[in-house]
Amino acid sequence: MREETSLSLLISIAIILAPLSIASIGGATAIYAPLQHEVVDLRQWITGREFLDLFAICRFTPGPSSLLGALIAFKVAGLLGALVAMVALYLPSSMLCYGVSRVWATHKGKPWHTAVERGLTPVAAGLIMAGVLALFQLSGGDLLTGAVMVGVAGALTWKRQMHPFPLLIAGAITYEAAYLLGYMNYVQT
Amino acid sequence: MSEAPVTQPGSAAPAEAKIPVTYTALYNVFFWIGLFSFGGGLMPWIQREIVIKRGWMRDEEFLPGVAMSQILPGVNSTNMAVYVGRHLLGVSGAAVAIIGMLTGPFVFMLVAAYSYKAILAVPALHAAMAGVAAAAIGMLLRMGVIAVGTSGRGVLSVVVMISVFLAIGVMKWPLVPVVLVAVPMSVLIAWPWGVKSKVKSGGDADA
Repeated sequence: MREETSLSLLISIAIILAPLSIASIGGATAIYAPLQHEVVDLRQWITGREFLDLFAICRFTPGPSSLLGALIAFKVAGLLGALVAMVALYLPSSMLCYGVSRVWATHKGKPWHTAVERGLTPVAAGLIMAGVLALFQLSGGDLLTGAVMVGVAGALTWKRQMHPFPLLIAGAITYEAAYLLGYMNYVQT
Repeated sequence: MSEAPVTQPGSAAPAEAKIPVTYTALYNVFFWIGLFSFGGGLMPWIQREIVIKRGWMRDEEFLPGVAMSQILPGVNSTNMAVYVGRHLLGVSGAAVAIIGMLTGPFVFMLVAAYSYKAILAVPALHAAMAGVAAAAIGMLLRMGVIAVGTSGRGVLSVVVMISVFLAIGVMKWPLVPVVLVAVPMSVLIAWPWGVKSKVKSGGDADA
């Protein structure tokens, strides 16, 4: 349904997405369930099948997964809808992050600041390694993924300034070769 | 983006700010990071561009931002853009960084809206994308190793680190309660007990 964009439609988009921006604790994946409920079940802007298709394509285009919200808004309300969605998706959480960073920097040099800084580092290390595990499992958790991961991490240890492109391309070539050799099987989603 | 690195491979010396921080430079850095951000795992790339290559921040300044970006609501990478942009050039820097990061993906998204059925129909393309994702996870692994090395102060810090990893990564507990417990504990561990905390530092020069 691509009728002419009405103001009320744009407002609806903002009203749906802005709370999700603040509620997306732990990253964009947190918004999938409430977003699906709003646009498929309640407002019936798109069908469940369309939602899944758009979700899949968002994983294969650059950028955060929450761009799904903007993609849906584009389908429903065109370019203006997509722009409204971008602001609703990223402005609230960015303002919060800005505020916290600012308070953080204002107190630089005080003993508690140093303690928080040192205290956050082990938490960050744990979160990063948990993220590595989660992504590894999401990607199938197979030997090939593990080998590419360790290879890339090793290359970066050997040469810290190495550009990401060759590494990403090497990963793509490895998988492409494995696919052509019949090692893996990609079905249409 | 394509200038040859001047530093020789083996040099572990911290990079000095060799490229001046301007709005254009900041926008460009985040534009390219955003454009090639597939499958998450952007933090190592941001770290490379900001800390290692340009020397705009130190690891000690950068890593708390990583934790903050993950703990606060919103997308980790865009939060990090706000954190880095604010650190370097204040509120307009934060705006420039996040807009730079989202420009490319937004355009791609518009293109994808028209062509997504054709893209998903090609299994070979699907395989290549999975390979890109695997390499990106490898970059994240390397960054995790650096973070582990940076935070290795005492047994208790290691306990916090491993506990967070197990709680989030293995037990799949929700992030918010885990962080609400882990951060205060970790800060208490890092607290300078016994050190006279009588610091009357006036006038912090905050940009």
